[in-house]
Amino acid sequence: MSFFYERFLGGKNGAYGFIILAVLILIVLPLTLDLFRLNLIGKYLTYAFAAVSLVLLWGYGGILSLGQGVFFGLGGYAMAMFLKLEASDPENTAIQSTPGIPDFMDWNQLTELPWFWVPFEHLWVAILAILVVPAVFAFIIGYSMFKRRVGGVYFAIITQVIAVILTVLIVGQQGYTGGINGITDLRTLNGWDIRVDSAKYILYFVNAILLLSVICISRFVLTSKFGRLLLAMKDKEDRVRFSGYDVSNFKIFIFCLSAVIAAIGGAMFTLQVGFMSPSFVGIVPSIEMVIFAAVGGRMSLIGVVYGTLIVNLGKTTFSETFPEVWLFLMGGLFIAVVMFFPNGLAGIYEKYASKIGFLKRFQDSGNKPAGAAALEEKAKSQGAE
Amino acid sequence: MSASTDFLLAIEDLTVSFDGFKAVEDLSMYIDKNELRVIIGPNGAGKTTLLDLICGKTKSSSGSIKFKNSELTKLAEHEIVRTGVGRKFQTPSIYENLTVYENLEVSYPEGRSVFGSLFFQSDDKVRDTVLQIAEDIQLLDALDTEAAVLSHGQKQWLEIGMLLMQDPELLMLDEPVAGMSAKERDETAELLNRICQNRSVIVIEHDMEFVKKIARKVTVLHQGKILAEGDMDKVQNDEKVIEVYLGH
Repeated sequence: MSFFYERFLGGKNGAYGFIILAVLILIVLPLTLDLFRLNLIGKYLTYAFAAVSLVLLWGYGGILSLGQGVFFGLGGYAMAMFLKLEASDPENTAIQSTPGIPDFMDWNQLTELPWFWVPFEHLWVAILAILVVPAVFAFIIGYSMFKRRVGGVYFAIITQVIAVILTVLIVGQQGYTGGINGITDLRTLNGWDIRVDSAKYILYFVNAILLLSVICISRFVLTSKFGRLLLAMKDKEDRVRFSGYDVSNFKIFIFCLSAVIAAIGGAMFTLQVGFMSPSFVGIVPSIEMVIFAAVGGRMSLIGVVYGTLIVNLGKTTFSETFPEVWLFLMGGLFIAVVMFFPNGLAGIYEKYASKIGFLKRFQDSGNKPAGAAALEEKAKSQGAE
Repeated sequence: MSASTDFLLAIEDLTVSFDGFKAVEDLSMYIDKNELRVIIGPNGAGKTTLLDLICGKTKSSSGSIKFKNSELTKLAEHEIVRTGVGRKFQTPSIYENLTVYENLEVSYPEGRSVFGSLFFQSDDKVRDTVLQIAEDIQLLDALDTEAAVLSHGQKQWLEIGMLLMQDPELLMLDEPVAGMSAKERDETAELLNRICQNRSVIVIEHDMEFVKKIARKVTVLHQGKILAEGDMDKVQNDEKVIEVYLGH
């Protein structure tokens, strides 16, 4: 139990933040918001997966990926392909010239389901694809870059280029991908209608619980020796290498893990919003994800969830009122955060909460620092002898 | 190809050239078990390059480096470390945002693979090693201090401590007392004399006072070649050495 508490929740400090977040998204929001707004929050929380993935990769690993949208998209498309096939049974598509294939394929004069679509008739293939395809893709990118010691700004640029390439590919191959419109008109998941109110509630909770689980798993990674090595690599990569670690393997692993986390978010997005399109794959969404992480605090697994929610609520509010200035506002926000609050909201919280009485209680860490604990243990074991 | 030797480290005919410039040329050098060797030489003599070659940071153009009779020149950096070669960099290379304790613990040579590190559990043995080494490097009172706020000398010691965590058979130190106060230099000399008890140590140093305190055998490098080798007195009285280095 204490192992779970320390390693998955992050001790007293982490556990408080985790519980407050869990209460907020599992109890407070569902009780106070109507379904339309709750569904909107659910959509934002799918972006939070990408923000959490950036805490691991960028905050701790020091590897800035400007292509997390790629993995979000891969997960989203894998889920959308399954749902689309289910929605395209011969009965529903009887008016097409080729019944039984997705509508956009029919519009593009395809007469047969492409080979790579065929396995997506099965839900288990889709779920496997959501987890495996992004990991394999990230492995290939990571292996070819980190083994050659490509990093820093070059890595950021290349991931950005990959996001562009994938978008162009999806838009260009309309018959296979649904093109710029994406994959729309999704209806049921194994016969269960995902468009009705009850399904929207259930999917919201599934999504929230998945997000909390991903945070726990990420916490486990960050509290392990692996997490300390990430920080060490970010600071002095050569020292880690010349301490006997194969640095590239660690970077490849964290890149693959972050890809899978973003992909789960993408899949949940498709389920809750009911479509997937290339506008969630390219440069703009990828950079937005970085902004969510920066605003929330890139070193804080919990903070980035709030960052994502706040930026998106701001976006929804402002982009309706002032659609032209929103992008400038967002850019300004990013610059301001990077310049004045490098640790984002979480950093501000940590700095000022200790000055406010009732918040202070949450902050005083019950954990003894490792060194003092070690000295005490040693004294104890010597006393016992 | 040379036959197997009793030397811990045998460097033979080692050459590295950067675009035609030979930073190290046909260099042969042998380090015994438990030997403390000091390498001196003017700037650009190839001292740091030599350490880079041994630890794999720079790949040699030709020649061989044998450590415990196995060839190092074909291995990757982390593989060389795992055979038992530790190297300290010229500027202190420590992890600034980890505490002293974490810096030492993370250097413990277990859990070195990705999954090994995810499931690595610190135990009594790790803890005792960390505390022992923290005592050796005089940082026992600063275990939970973030490494960033340590003094320059303490940072140098911490990096030496991180290497000691790996218990290397060959320890290479690049200018360990650069930037230290006189007192810190004395303490570092003592530390070096203590830690070379059961391992071989190569030290690169400029400070002749410091060299005198620790040196038994000195190698003088000049323009990528060995100019002189022997005990301190012999080297100091060597005319060639005086001309290129000590005389200045």
